[in-house]
Amino acid sequence: MSKVSMVLNGKSVSADVEDRTLLVSFIREVRGLTGTHVGCDTSQCGACVVHVDGKAVKSCTMLAAQADGADVVTLEGLANGGDLHPVQAAFREHHGLQCGFCTPGMIMSAVDMINRHGPGNLDETTIRHELEGNICRCTGYHNIVKAIKAASDQMAGMAQAAE
Amino acid sequence: MAVEGIGARALRKEDKRFITGKGRYTDDVVLPGMGFAAFVRSPHAHAKVRGIDSSAALLMPGVDAVLSGDQLVGDGIGNLICGWMIHSKDGSPMKMGGWRALEPETVRFVGQAVAVVVADTQAQARDAADAVVVDYEELPAVADPLAALDEGAPQLHPEAEGNLIYDWEIGDEAATNAAFENAAHVTRMQIQNNRLVPNPMEPRAAVASYNDGDEHYTLYTTSQNPHVARLVLSAFYNVAPEHKLRVIAPDVGGGFGSKIFIYPEEMVCLWASKRVGRPVKWVSDRTEAFLTDAHGRDHRSEAELALDADNKILGLRVKTVANIGAYMSLFSSSVPTYLYATLLSGQYDIPAIHANVKTVYTNTAPVDAYRGAGRPEATFLLERVIETAAREVGMSPADFRRKNFIKSFPHQTPVIMCYDAGDYDATLDAALKAADYDGFAARKAEAASRGKLRGIGMSCYIEACGIAPSAAVGSLGAGVGLWESAEVRVNPVGTVEVLTGSHSHGQGHETTFAQLISERFGLDTDAISIVHGDTDKVQFGMGTYGSRSGAVGMSAIVKALDKVETKAKKIAAHLMEASEADIQIEGGELKVAGTDKKLSFTEVALAAYTAHNLPEGMEPGLKEGAFYDPTNFTFPAGTYICEVEIDPETGRTEIVNFVAADDFGKVINPMIVEGQVHGGLAQGIGQALLENAAYDENGQLLTASYMDYTMPRADDVPSFNLSTHETVCPGNPLGMKGCGEAGAIGSPPAVINAITDAIGSNDLSMPASAEKVWALCKSSMRQAAE
Amino acid sequence: MYETQYHRAGSVSEAAALIGKAEDGKFLGGGQTLLPTMKQRLAAPSDLVDLTKIPDLKGIKVEGDAVVIGAATTHSEVATSDVVREKLPGLATLASGIGDPAVRHMGTIGGSISNNDPAADYPAGLVGLNATVKTSKRSIAAENFFVGMFETALEDDEIVVSVSFPVPQKSGYSKYPNPASRYAMAGVFVSQQADGSVRVAVTGAGSDGVFRVAEMESALGSNWAPDAVAGIHVNDGDMLSDIHGSSEYRANLVTVMAKRAIAAS
Repeated sequence: MSKVSMVLNGKSVSADVEDRTLLVSFIREVRGLTGTHVGCDTSQCGACVVHVDGKAVKSCTMLAAQADGADVVTLEGLANGGDLHPVQAAFREHHGLQCGFCTPGMIMSAVDMINRHGPGNLDETTIRHELEGNICRCTGYHNIVKAIKAASDQMAGMAQAAE
Repeated sequence: MAVEGIGARALRKEDKRFITGKGRYTDDVVLPGMGFAAFVRSPHAHAKVRGIDSSAALLMPGVDAVLSGDQLVGDGIGNLICGWMIHSKDGSPMKMGGWRALEPETVRFVGQAVAVVVADTQAQARDAADAVVVDYEELPAVADPLAALDEGAPQLHPEAEGNLIYDWEIGDEAATNAAFENAAHVTRMQIQNNRLVPNPMEPRAAVASYNDGDEHYTLYTTSQNPHVARLVLSAFYNVAPEHKLRVIAPDVGGGFGSKIFIYPEEMVCLWASKRVGRPVKWVSDRTEAFLTDAHGRDHRSEAELALDADNKILGLRVKTVANIGAYMSLFSSSVPTYLYATLLSGQYDIPAIHANVKTVYTNTAPVDAYRGAGRPEATFLLERVIETAAREVGMSPADFRRKNFIKSFPHQTPVIMCYDAGDYDATLDAALKAADYDGFAARKAEAASRGKLRGIGMSCYIEACGIAPSAAVGSLGAGVGLWESAEVRVNPVGTVEVLTGSHSHGQGHETTFAQLISERFGLDTDAISIVHGDTDKVQFGMGTYGSRSGAVGMSAIVKALDKVETKAKKIAAHLMEASEADIQIEGGELKVAGTDKKLSFTEVALAAYTAHNLPEGMEPGLKEGAFYDPTNFTFPAGTYICEVEIDPETGRTEIVNFVAADDFGKVINPMIVEGQVHGGLAQGIGQALLENAAYDENGQLLTASYMDYTMPRADDVPSFNLSTHETVCPGNPLGMKGCGEAGAIGSPPAVINAITDAIGSNDLSMPASAEKVWALCKSSMRQAAE
Repeated sequence: MYETQYHRAGSVSEAAALIGKAEDGKFLGGGQTLLPTMKQRLAAPSDLVDLTKIPDLKGIKVEGDAVVIGAATTHSEVATSDVVREKLPGLATLASGIGDPAVRHMGTIGGSISNNDPAADYPAGLVGLNATVKTSKRSIAAENFFVGMFETALEDDEIVVSVSFPVPQKSGYSKYPNPASRYAMAGVFVSQQADGSVRVAVTGAGSDGVFRVAEMESALGSNWAPDAVAGIHVNDGDMLSDIHGSSEYRANLVTVMAKRAIAAS
């Protein structure tokens, strides 16, 4: 057992957990934040993607202990108060989800993708390539790609307006 | 939100919880004192269980119990069943072997459970499951369905001699043979339909609890049909009587058929929760899902098409061997028979059809319905044969199809189905135009200049949805009726709750069903909620599969709405002293036609519940229920055109354009319908290019994780070009046909027809892996050089 | 996953001491291969010693005629490094194609090469660029570092500190991914070294891990063009064969990927 502490969605949390505890288990079972999902055992489906120190990682392939001292954001921490993040809003607007199970990882990966490329810099080919680590079985990706593109472009517009 | 009726692209009411992480799936359910189950599974495809030693496991930390099949049988828990009786052509009933949820004697596929451990944590349960020692005596195994029929093949069940479950036929054999005798041309093909694993992203899960105070069980589970689950668990498996068992299917992360069935694990959790005296949770990991979820497809067929001298189809003859796996899953027997061979006429006027289906046991996971269920197999077979025949006789594939289309309705096929409505020329024309079919030659030449091979292929599919008329399926062997139920509750303040027996696991019922009520009463969709998935809340219903929730589930809601409307109008007429016939509902108000007298829907609802002033003899309240039993299947149909570009150096296929022109009848929400088609297309393209559940000859699953089973990813599929073309279905009040499976049904042959067109070789099985395509390109080039 | 003990090392010497004390310890880089293996209970180390927080193992710098990449540098950092993009473009391409974006945020070059998965990308990059692996004990030429499938020259308590890549004139990488796992079915790294010598290194395809193709190297020595290797085929018999690709197909991919790596260089 080890004590693991982190900032989770802006709140300092800590718990004594077995060293084998995965970050996703810490988030879901210890902290009760069930918006992050587990869809495979081999680090491929991406339903578990969260942000650790600002970067998308697969929380099923990271020990909670590795995230000790880190700043972790899950889907629950993405919205700013009552305002949805533009990517969340775009997924709804463009029907980028059906059963909702892959959605947490899709949205967290999409936000990371837009952050890395810069808002407005994503085309369809890039988005599809960047989604290599996120599997969806419902949507055929068509509307997920549309939603990410729309959010990216909208965020570029927001950034421009702010200047 | 707003008033959003039929035809509106209403955004989904359910989305907010999913995009903010507030969905509630089975694995999110935590009950006080809950323990965790882990299953001990066979590593062998076929073996006798000589003994199970759980002594070491029982001593491990946190372990409550290790339970095995002997205890299960001792407690009177029944065998798993198949609920659809099929008779062989000689009249004998299908040969079903026994299937126990925990197997005490003989395991028949890798991953079959022999024991379960319950412990304080999931990790402890798995640690202890690893410590259970099972003494197996390995037996020879067979995974290939054709090999299973060979003399001397390993035998799975004493009930099924030669591993043959049934030898079934449909159609007029003599008439079909006569058609072939008179044929000017016969096209013959061997066709394999590859085995798939459904892979909803949420793995199966169960949280079971037993309250010994009132002897009552609760099961949270990943089900497409919680009432059917409760019925089967109760009536056949003897876990608990129906009134002592509540089944809740909360948010469910996709199903695609695989969550219709009642599996051993969910049942064992219920039984174990009473045995150990605490709630028990089990969540499948992905490898368990690969090993134990019901797989789909897996057919080997011979197909022959007879043409006359004018290239009109005279007859179709099909022989199919279907692999059902090691046990007969809940609806498994119906998939390669009535859900398959009844669709072999496709969109074509075929005077004579005969199909023979042999269904066999093998040492593989059970096979049952997966998105499309039988119809993709029929469509792939027929559309490959049609395409091949067109090429053989030198006609354009589009013209050959058009020449043989059914042109008038109703149309009785030789294989039971009577198509009620359709316009196959319309969808073919739309698809050809959208695909710029005429411009293909130029694109092919341009690709060739870059060293790439372009091909174009089409598929004109039909399917049968809205399953199904209860009496009809009953006469064909179904153990259940396939109607649907609904209850419409208007609350005293005028908000509406609709309780439906359908279940949404991605389909968006909370939105589309609300649109129906919004349209009828002019209410804001925010004032409407759809309740489903809980046997304690909702009246008995049949659930969601076979693209039935619109055509059947919504029809039940329409019937209940009719009753609510009638009563509301009576109350309004009484209150406004008008004739009932003059009351019109518009914009959330009940108006007296031709006057300015009106009452709001809320006022009428309140009047119904205060009951201070109701018509003489009327009962208070405004709540009505209905059951709807369809009068026929519905027949969605359409044309899909796929254009591919192949890199002959690697064999990699890129889909450069995919056009779908569908007739789904009346569309309630185009956005959601498009989403259904997108998803179906990706699954169909996955089947055609990528996916394959491969067993080795010893029955070991070689593709048991995403490392080896190729799921379509975002860069494997294109954006799709969709359109819908409506012919109204005359069989149900909304004119709907169903859209959930079309994409998966229609797309595989379009893809394979396109690839074979590109490479000039027709001998291509699914999945059309890069290596297969490369090898064919190489041999075509070699032949061309010679 | 079986229970394990996690340790976070602050220095290379502390890491070596921790592993020395462990009953059956393993070093932990980004964990993108090790943790899934442990989750499937195919590995059960008693202790994990996390190397990724050791300052000495991080960072990318130019030292003389070489680019030196710290062992704990992530794939994402390599892929987006201006230095790597300018001086080792083939390696930037290689790193940008490992796994997926989330995996690249965690996985490290040191972890990848220490594991020496026969389908991993980095072994081709190291051998193809004639790199030298600096460990806590010594320096090892890349070709001597990779011994066979999942086998390296590393001793149990030896830690990869950095990898030094001599800056080539040209470099390129092309891989054909396994459609399911996205690991390399065949990945070919080509380089023209500062002295004009040529290297062609192949990962994913060989039945014994990364290997060089001498015939292609000599052909490219006189003509650095895709056509130079188009007619050169490696021996089918030396290639892997599995459900994803026969040895014949993999051998073909080696030639095709070599052509494309050269075209990209």
